[in-house]
Amino acid sequence: MSGNKGYAHDPGQGAAMVTLDSKMIDQLVNWSRASSLHYLLFGLACCGIELMQTGGPRSDLDRFGSVFRATPRQSDLMIVAGTLTYKMALRCQLLYQQMADPKWVISMGSCANCGGLFQLAYSVAKGVDKMIPVDVYVPGCPPRPEALTEGFLRIQELVKRDTLKARRASK
Amino acid sequence: MALDQLLITRKFGAGAQDEMILNVGPQHPSTHGVINFIVHADGEVIYRAVPEVGYLHRSLEKIGEIVTWTGYMPFTDRVDYIAAMFANEGWALAVEKLLGVEAPARAQYLRAISCELNRIGSHLISIGTMAMDVGATTPFPYALREREAINDLIEALCGARLTFNYHRIGGVAYDLPPGWADRCTAFLNHFDLVLSEWDRLISGNEIYLQRLAGLATVSAEMAIDYGLVGPNLRGSGVEFDLRKAHPYGAYRDFDFEVPIGRAYAGAKRGAKVGDCYDRFYVRVLECRESLKIVRQALAKLPPGEVMAKVPKRIKPPPGEVMVRVESARGEMGWYVVSDGGERAYRVRERTGSFLAMGIVEELSKGLMIADLIALIASLDVVAPEIDR
Amino acid sequence: MSHAALALKFGEAIGPLVAGSKDPHFTVRADAWLGVCEHLKGTLGFDFLQDLTATDHPKEGKLKLVAHFYGYGHRTMLAAKVELPRIGATVASLANVWRAAEWMEREAFDMFGIVFEGHPDLRRVLLPDDWVGHPLRKDYVEAGGYREISNERDNPLDQYLELDRKVRAVMDSAVKAAE
Repeated sequence: MSGNKGYAHDPGQGAAMVTLDSKMIDQLVNWSRASSLHYLLFGLACCGIELMQTGGPRSDLDRFGSVFRATPRQSDLMIVAGTLTYKMALRCQLLYQQMADPKWVISMGSCANCGGLFQLAYSVAKGVDKMIPVDVYVPGCPPRPEALTEGFLRIQELVKRDTLKARRASK
Repeated sequence: MALDQLLITRKFGAGAQDEMILNVGPQHPSTHGVINFIVHADGEVIYRAVPEVGYLHRSLEKIGEIVTWTGYMPFTDRVDYIAAMFANEGWALAVEKLLGVEAPARAQYLRAISCELNRIGSHLISIGTMAMDVGATTPFPYALREREAINDLIEALCGARLTFNYHRIGGVAYDLPPGWADRCTAFLNHFDLVLSEWDRLISGNEIYLQRLAGLATVSAEMAIDYGLVGPNLRGSGVEFDLRKAHPYGAYRDFDFEVPIGRAYAGAKRGAKVGDCYDRFYVRVLECRESLKIVRQALAKLPPGEVMAKVPKRIKPPPGEVMVRVESARGEMGWYVVSDGGERAYRVRERTGSFLAMGIVEELSKGLMIADLIALIASLDVVAPEIDR
Repeated sequence: MSHAALALKFGEAIGPLVAGSKDPHFTVRADAWLGVCEHLKGTLGFDFLQDLTATDHPKEGKLKLVAHFYGYGHRTMLAAKVELPRIGATVASLANVWRAAEWMEREAFDMFGIVFEGHPDLRRVLLPDDWVGHPLRKDYVEAGGYREISNERDNPLDQYLELDRKVRAVMDSAVKAAE
């Protein structure tokens, strides 16, 4: 498209057509995606409780249009909340692969970011980004609901910066 | 066992029933953490459900041999993150017994107050998730709302909402901030009314009663043999509470009752002592008793210091102790061995949820898959207690 | 009292009561372990197997199985130990005496490598099935990861400083180009 917004034909023809350029399509698509990010309930440990509290009445994740889904097939955001052990790591990858594109990952809490305070443990994977690519890291042990909400807003920003061109190019 | 299959169908011989092996978990909304149940079922009826645990094994017992005595306190929070104060207290009591020191009276009262508030918070999650597992999604946000109030109180006390690290070897870390006692009393008065509201919303709900009455009954002998503790044991009619039988800390000074299971769902619904509803209702009654204890503790709080004199570098003389605390999920045993060094020689946490896993396979014979979820919820297991 | 009663019945299989270690305990010979435990449950009324775990003593060359028993009737606790060799540690299983022993013995096998004879289902409980080694032994050396997942991680501060350096280089070159 030429990149000019506005009407393409003169009104005398009886049909006014609005040309949408790719920027407007991107904005429309991104706005709809960011306003209904369904997240997978992947609460593994202590951060899972704070994830539940964030979805609770006081700091409500539902006001962003986001609800929890129990299955990865119906979610586009995966909030890894808690410690990832080696035994669980393979399942984590399986769950990530089951999510449909486009998908984003929040790594919540110190254990998911880098292994947390379990650096001396023999059975803990030092960070969830060893298994799956992470978009936003939320620090804390556990992070307050306000911190997780901030992480969620950053994901919304990431979603809004997405473009169709970039997605096609990365395939 | 096949690990990466979600559904396998097998036929056993000619004319035999179909057996389906289904993985319930480890990522599942109803398994109270990352626990896997390998369910052998014929349609909806279960032959047996075998728990597979270890998805949250964070090697806490090995870490106890690597970090120092005081440095292990934050790790004890992670043993049971929903009721973290009890684990803190267990570790503190064990090391204090090895050292031969006793926390001052005010510290013991503060320990009791923080633990009982945490018990209420833990039971709220237990009741809320159990209601959600059975199908009622309304009580869960109610529980979370009340828990926010408790989190606020404990945050004012020690700075953390979930993993507290509040108790220390020799006492507690901080004293009450000014005005805390009034805020706590206001919350207790409010929570009294909420409990009555919940009795109407959940405990008296006909669907709830019919779902849980007579389900997965555990007799007293079976409960003791399998090693069930806490509300699971009391729900089967055994009147044993560590706070009354072997009182520790400030619990000698309080007057409270120990609720046990009495087939609360009513005989006309087929209730028996030790069914799922009994285990659930014992927890609701325990919330009321905890309210009583916190009120008495705030009224009788003695003045004084909150920390005893302990050396800066803690090096208990060689020996071993077994200390038990009555946690929200039952009796938590701490077996600690010291060899005189700066680090423990062996730390062992014997938790109630680990033993409750042993009884699931036995109780699940003949249940429906939905009843299995209700059974797990009524046993109130959490993954970190099982896996440590 | 229970120790005295046991010593009377089992004679020299029961060691002396070691009282100086805060919580008194005594040692039982490995071949008498099952008989002693059955007597504890049946006659002496210890109906709750409170804890069954082990400690590793490489300096003495022993693995010590530690069990705590409790009776709800008489409300007393008892602690007993069994000394086992570090290599080839085997002892009778208590799974038929207390059902609580099933899972605790599985954990002792997983963490220490003690084999319990007569256990209905002895396999690892907390670690993956293909894990090598028994972690709570004192000579356990970590394998450096599991399958393809490595144990190491770059220091995030180093990564941040590297990223900062790259961004500064880009910005500096942009400023230079504008001049």
